[in-house]
Amino acid sequence: MVTEQEDVSNAVVELLRKTVVRLPQDVEDAIRNAYASETDEVPKMQLKAIVDNIDMAIKGNTPMCQDTGVAIFYVDLPKGCKVDVGEGIVEGVRRATKEVPLRPNAVHPITRKNPGDNVGERMPYISRRIHDQDYIEITVMTKGAGSENMSQLAMLTPSQGLKGIKEFVLNGVLRAGSNPCPPTILGVGIGGSSDIAMKLAKEALLRPINVRHKDPEMAKLETELLEAINMLGIGPMGLGGKTTCLGLNIEYAYCHTASLPVGLNVQCWAGRRGTVRIYPDGKATYPTHER
Amino acid sequence: MPKRIKTPISEADARALKAGETIYMDGIVFTGRDEVHIHALEYLEKGKKIPVDFKGAALFHCGPIMKKVEEKWVAVAAGPTTSSRMNSLEPGFIEKFRPGAIIGKGGMSQPTVDAMKEFGCVYLAFTGGAAVLAAKGIKSVEGVEWFELGMPEAIWILNCDNFGPLTVAIDAHGNSLFADVNVKVKENEKKARAKLGLS
Ligand code: SF4
Repeated sequence: MVTEQEDVSNAVVELLRKTVVRLPQDVEDAIRNAYASETDEVPKMQLKAIVDNIDMAIKGNTPMCQDTGVAIFYVDLPKGCKVDVGEGIVEGVRRATKEVPLRPNAVHPITRKNPGDNVGERMPYISRRIHDQDYIEITVMTKGAGSENMSQLAMLTPSQGLKGIKEFVLNGVLRAGSNPCPPTILGVGIGGSSDIAMKLAKEALLRPINVRHKDPEMAKLETELLEAINMLGIGPMGLGGKTTCLGLNIEYAYCHTASLPVGLNVQCWAGRRGTVRIYPDGKATYPTHER
Repeated sequence: MPKRIKTPISEADARALKAGETIYMDGIVFTGRDEVHIHALEYLEKGKKIPVDFKGAALFHCGPIMKKVEEKWVAVAAGPTTSSRMNSLEPGFIEKFRPGAIIGKGGMSQPTVDAMKEFGCVYLAFTGGAAVLAAKGIKSVEGVEWFELGMPEAIWILNCDNFGPLTVAIDAHGNSLFADVNVKVKENEKKARAKLGLS
């Protein structure tokens, strides 16, 4: 047996369903811990509403948040893969929009016309790589606009250095305030170029928030920034409290000697990401959702 | 027992609510976000008929996921959207239409706080993203207007029962929890900067 395009679209429908219904374990744990540690009444109630909502979404098999994002996919393909994975994903998104259902969010950027199926020019957006495995791996992040709208890029000068990076991240959190449904998760992309920094910032969100960067210096910076941000007291939904940010991940790349790009991607508490692996026999496993 | 409030909301009802209180809502709630504000104000100016009455209404900044089950709409997920996108439109909307409550997330800027004080309206914060919890408080979907604006942007007419919890975050007396938090955050910012070695 070989993988067919239909196996891909079936797996994508299932992947989207699992992703919008249930958070990955690391994010769910972080939210439950935040709820346990909050003492003031208003923030505690905000976190209780989130925890209740998480439980109800699982129980009813319904999307935890109405903003199911736009479909951005990361795909790893085996060498010589013959399946039209792109078409399979497009079909999967179309079907999931109806079957899960997902909110039809994708519109023309200028006319704002909504085709109703989350499919349009370059959407779903797919990044492809080749890997050494025999399976197709597809990862999706269903990220809402409330938090995505708070993301930003800074082209710092090399002399602004580490301080400049810290300043940029802190100011980004202050500027975002209550808007991105805090407690948030932050992805920081350092270096590369303008486009690479933003890409890294988003890809940083693909790593579980309880896993620190493998480079000890970066790991230290992740912890330091997270602790400083949680001193701000913005709190759940910006109504004050201890937990402003659940986790912060950094990814970096070498950059031009004359530049220091930094990207900040803001993710809300509903940090939904999901992965499916489709094996040559068409079988699929969902490593982020095996519980 | 947390307070329960029924729509339509009179000015006196709105003025009786205090920032920091938790309440639950019963009765009809309209969804309306960017496009509804733009359209309603435009229609009013042109003297065109607006399909619902916003006086005393609860306007919910929400773009829901709705599903048709046997010819009837059902709310699948219906959490609040970011209210600050409506910052520039809301004071005018409150003045012209006199709603009793705005439901949303993230709060709104000073001109809206001022308009709420002047005309007797409150801002109720619903936990962002808690869309299943919100849908649970929606007993039925009574109808939809301006559907051509798209599912998220249409006016959905929701019949609510014990909808909440809602936190009175801006009251009709000029108090705003968000503004209070901002004052504290400004203070805390100094400590956070010191921790990061920033001057
Ligand atoms: S920011 Fe996140 S949790 Fe909040 S409404 Fe948007 S997708 Fe939902």
